[in-house]
Amino acid sequence: MTAEETAEELTPGEIVKRHRLSTRLWHWINALAIFVLLMSGLSIFNAHPRLYWGSYGANNDPAWLQIDNEGQRGYLQIGDTQITTTGVLGSWEQPDGSRSTRAFPYWATIPGFYSLATGRLWHFFFAWVLVLAWIFYAIRSFANRHVQRDLAPTRDELKPRNIWQDIKDHARLRFVSEGHGTAYNFLQKMSYLGVIFVLIPLVVLTGLNMSPTWNAIAPWMLDMFGGRQSARSIHFICAFLLAGFIALHLVLVVLAGPYNEIRSMITGRFRLSGESAEPEPVVETAKETE
Amino acid sequence: MSIIMNRRKLIAGLGGGLFVSGCDSWSRSDRVKAILASAEDLTMGVQRSIGGATALAREFTTADLSPEFRANGSRTADSADYQAMLANGFAGYRLRVDGLVDRPLSLSLAQLRHMPSRTQITRHDCVEGWSAIGQWTGATLGPLLDLARMRDSANYIVFHCFDTYGADNRPYYESIDLVDAFHPQTILAYDMNGGELPERHGAPIRARVERQLGYKHAKFVSRIEAVASLDDIYGGKGGYWEDVGDYAWYAGI
Repeated sequence: MTAEETAEELTPGEIVKRHRLSTRLWHWINALAIFVLLMSGLSIFNAHPRLYWGSYGANNDPAWLQIDNEGQRGYLQIGDTQITTTGVLGSWEQPDGSRSTRAFPYWATIPGFYSLATGRLWHFFFAWVLVLAWIFYAIRSFANRHVQRDLAPTRDELKPRNIWQDIKDHARLRFVSEGHGTAYNFLQKMSYLGVIFVLIPLVVLTGLNMSPTWNAIAPWMLDMFGGRQSARSIHFICAFLLAGFIALHLVLVVLAGPYNEIRSMITGRFRLSGESAEPEPVVETAKETE
Repeated sequence: MSIIMNRRKLIAGLGGGLFVSGCDSWSRSDRVKAILASAEDLTMGVQRSIGGATALAREFTTADLSPEFRANGSRTADSADYQAMLANGFAGYRLRVDGLVDRPLSLSLAQLRHMPSRTQITRHDCVEGWSAIGQWTGATLGPLLDLARMRDSANYIVFHCFDTYGADNRPYYESIDLVDAFHPQTILAYDMNGGELPERHGAPIRARVERQLGYKHAKFVSRIEAVASLDDIYGGKGGYWEDVGDYAWYAGI
């Protein structure tokens, strides 16, 4: 059933089932995994806070990004541009008041104390969680047509005029979607598709391609990324794009009505947008129910 | 709204703070670390089963060499014996091959140089994240173990080293299983980038285990021991970093 079809049967204010169990389960497992992976990843990055392009790269080779310190001053350097980041990056105060010159501060890393080995333990465990959950979700969502029906843009949405309209609506913080909020709008679809089918696979593959054993098994794949240090750089960039997505995602959840949005991702129950004086009847619709 | 927002922030802050501090106490818990480390067995099992047992590491050309190969870990070994050998061009050096073997060996550098050898230009990946490309020449480990008539009861090869590391001067050591020991690229390197292996890179001998991270490539190797189990070797986890710092024994990722 398409969003347009359901929209006609739905009345504003009604509570409907919005997200399937598989979607909800994956969302939270994935959220936890990405949260741990981002923070443990920063722990690992702290062991060598420099990024390079190509196959090799170490302290004597030119880095395109580095976080370092000059005495008490911490800085981030990208290319030739240096930004002082004292207090946040490269030089910051630890909980006990002493100064650390590690790149990322304790509150951004797992564990919150410096341990490359422990960061790696968290990272590789939750990498498996991320990958297995993604495979489960991807198979499930193609099989039950969630991707084709809810995430793929319609031909109408792909018209430049409508894309521009959606961009303007977002800029005005007006979030228009079909089905009283049960369907996704164009930018929403594109960002979810981009995260699920581009960013997450890319971050997983660039991570895998830092493995020397994997490189022996599939050297052609490392070549695709331009060598191990390039793979490491792309991995880091993907991680920051994911962090950016999460920040935007959270802002939009708050703007769209956090209670209703978060409830719909936990219990699946979603109150349709629009005005209604009716009390809350619970209507099970075919959309997104198990 | 602002009260709700503040409460939201408070809950988020408390939740986030509790989770992060929870992670810290979990990060110190041996039980939690054992659960997290179970992923290491999964990674090793999967990598080995899809070709990682036999695949060769990428080899590069001299045009790809790092301009400067970074030295890491011990730059030398402090013992008087080692320093005396170093001063003497390792004339008195003998590599011992013993443990579960029928014919223990004691080989001079000259003898080792006459063993079957291999030259390879490979990328060295440190667990910290950096990489360097270098050229290595050395005796292949497999034929050496065959010469020593390694027994069937052996499961691991332990590299004992001259150097010690850390504040408490623990001896450095590493270990690999037989899949890696008999891999054609696993060599005992005596030459690097066309010259003799420099002191800071582990003279006179360093192990090359090309499909694993740098800490597995033991430097300053003095003795090779074939063992059935790693339990009774030093801290029992198969290597210096494995013993002191929770690093994975399988460093294929």
